[in-house]
Amino acid sequence: MTPDRRKLADHAAGWGFAAPAVILIGAFGLVPVVWSFALSFQRTDLTSPGTFIGGDNYAKLVADPLFWDAAERTLVYVALFVPITLVLALPVAVMLNQKIRGVVLYRLAVSVPLVTSTVATGIMFNWLANPQFGLVNAALDAVGLPKQGFFTDPGQALYVVVAMTVWGWLGFAVIIYLAALQNVPKDLLEASALDGCGRVRSFWHVELPLVAPATGFLVVWLTINGLQLFDAVYVTTKGGPLRATTVLVYHLYNEAFVSFDGGYAAAIGCAVFLVIGVFTLVQLRFNRRTSIYEAR
Amino acid sequence: MSTARARRPSALHLVLLPLSAVMVTPLAWMLLVSVSTQAESRRFPPGLPAGIEWENYVAALRDAPLGSWLFNSFVVSVVCVAGNLLLCSLAGYAFARIRFIGSRLAFFLVLATLMVPFQIVMLPLLIMMRSLGLVDTLGALIAPNLATAFGVFLMRQFFTTLPRELEEAARIDGASRLRTLFGVLLPLMRPTLATLAVLTFLQTWNDFLWPLIAVQSPGVMTVQIGLQSFQGAHTTNWPKLMAGTVLSQLPVLLVFFFAQRFFVRSVAAAGIK
Repeated sequence: MTPDRRKLADHAAGWGFAAPAVILIGAFGLVPVVWSFALSFQRTDLTSPGTFIGGDNYAKLVADPLFWDAAERTLVYVALFVPITLVLALPVAVMLNQKIRGVVLYRLAVSVPLVTSTVATGIMFNWLANPQFGLVNAALDAVGLPKQGFFTDPGQALYVVVAMTVWGWLGFAVIIYLAALQNVPKDLLEASALDGCGRVRSFWHVELPLVAPATGFLVVWLTINGLQLFDAVYVTTKGGPLRATTVLVYHLYNEAFVSFDGGYAAAIGCAVFLVIGVFTLVQLRFNRRTSIYEAR
Repeated sequence: MSTARARRPSALHLVLLPLSAVMVTPLAWMLLVSVSTQAESRRFPPGLPAGIEWENYVAALRDAPLGSWLFNSFVVSVVCVAGNLLLCSLAGYAFARIRFIGSRLAFFLVLATLMVPFQIVMLPLLIMMRSLGLVDTLGALIAPNLATAFGVFLMRQFFTTLPRELEEAARIDGASRLRTLFGVLLPLMRPTLATLAVLTFLQTWNDFLWPLIAVQSPGVMTVQIGLQSFQGAHTTNWPKLMAGTVLSQLPVLLVFFFAQRFFVRSVAAAGIK
């Protein structure tokens, strides 16, 4: 074969192999992004063709108090969910990294919520946090504390969602930290021990800095997921009581599928995407080594 | 060392034991409620059931179309796993090993979709599915998940780590690209394929938002959506609801226990949930 024909054969083979996946991903992953942006300038119920209305949806968004309330709740949620998960996960990972009896069982116990679907998690927590006969109120009652409303109390519901999602995500953060801790070179720890570092000091000065990339990755990942909170709210409080758990994506869902204002929902989606994009870029600049973890 | 350990148990157990209890309690209690009577599930304070009410499981399968929900989830997950294994292998191989026009741009665009939050995709996706006539069919749940950007990325990464000599030897022996891929390379990548399979299965089985908006009829619901609707309709019958939930989680728990090794890799690789 001449070089030219060989190249032509390569182009054909390459596209032949890649085309099915690329076309599917392009059609269902990339085209909708552009389309969503276009929708955000239309009035549409998503069933009949929309009409172009310029920036009206964005004007509505800026003036919509429900949007800003939802944004505030989302930020409160993320500001609790991310740090609590991280602060719990690191010490647990350090403990699970020790050679102690039954460590395999402990690892199993911590990671089992990971595979539990949000629906199952929600149903379980609905029962555990049930004000009348739930296990948590039974525990409070047993130590002489008053029963709480949990998901039914507007002042508590969002925090119960935080607790539930921390339960669900802790195992993920622990696994990431464990992988990072196992990559800490043993000789570094031995050297610090020889220099008279105790366990605690070698943790602060050797292990903690070395797992910083894992922390960076987790901050990005948990924040992105936290900003998109929806499932956990839908299966427990449906945004209530009194909108106490109506976070941004829940507001978007309401606008699209309850109020049938698809264009406005798309505008909310674009706003969330913008926030996530900016946040991700800023974090990546601070933490370039993050990509190591994404590539594993 | 092991004898020293046996003599003096670590103080860490004092922290790890209660923590594990907290992590496992919700699941354990779900199992308990699923075999309790109605009255036992709503007394205060809650306690252990007196006997085992298997009847709840029978009732969940009989009164709710739980069987068909499980079947739908199974079909969607298995087809998506098969699709991802095949299509992502093909594309991953092309991006790793074949120099073709537009390959870098195509790969970049595939990767870019990883950054896109789903709620910005779902509105146009719904319109697309409607015009394809797929809304309220299992096709709507399968089509967008048949090939994933993450799968292509994962497979490409692993193809680049395989030594080139392997396929060059096969090519010199006259094997076509397709035969080299399926006969020589893929058998070497079983752990990676298993990782991709586990991950795709978990993701499609537990998926919520997309099936929630893409299907409405009880007959085409996946088990997650079905249980959610069941929860709305039957909040008073906790044992039956819990029995259904246990059944919905059995497949993923089985995958979890038998594919632990791949599972931990998958999580570290992708960040599911």
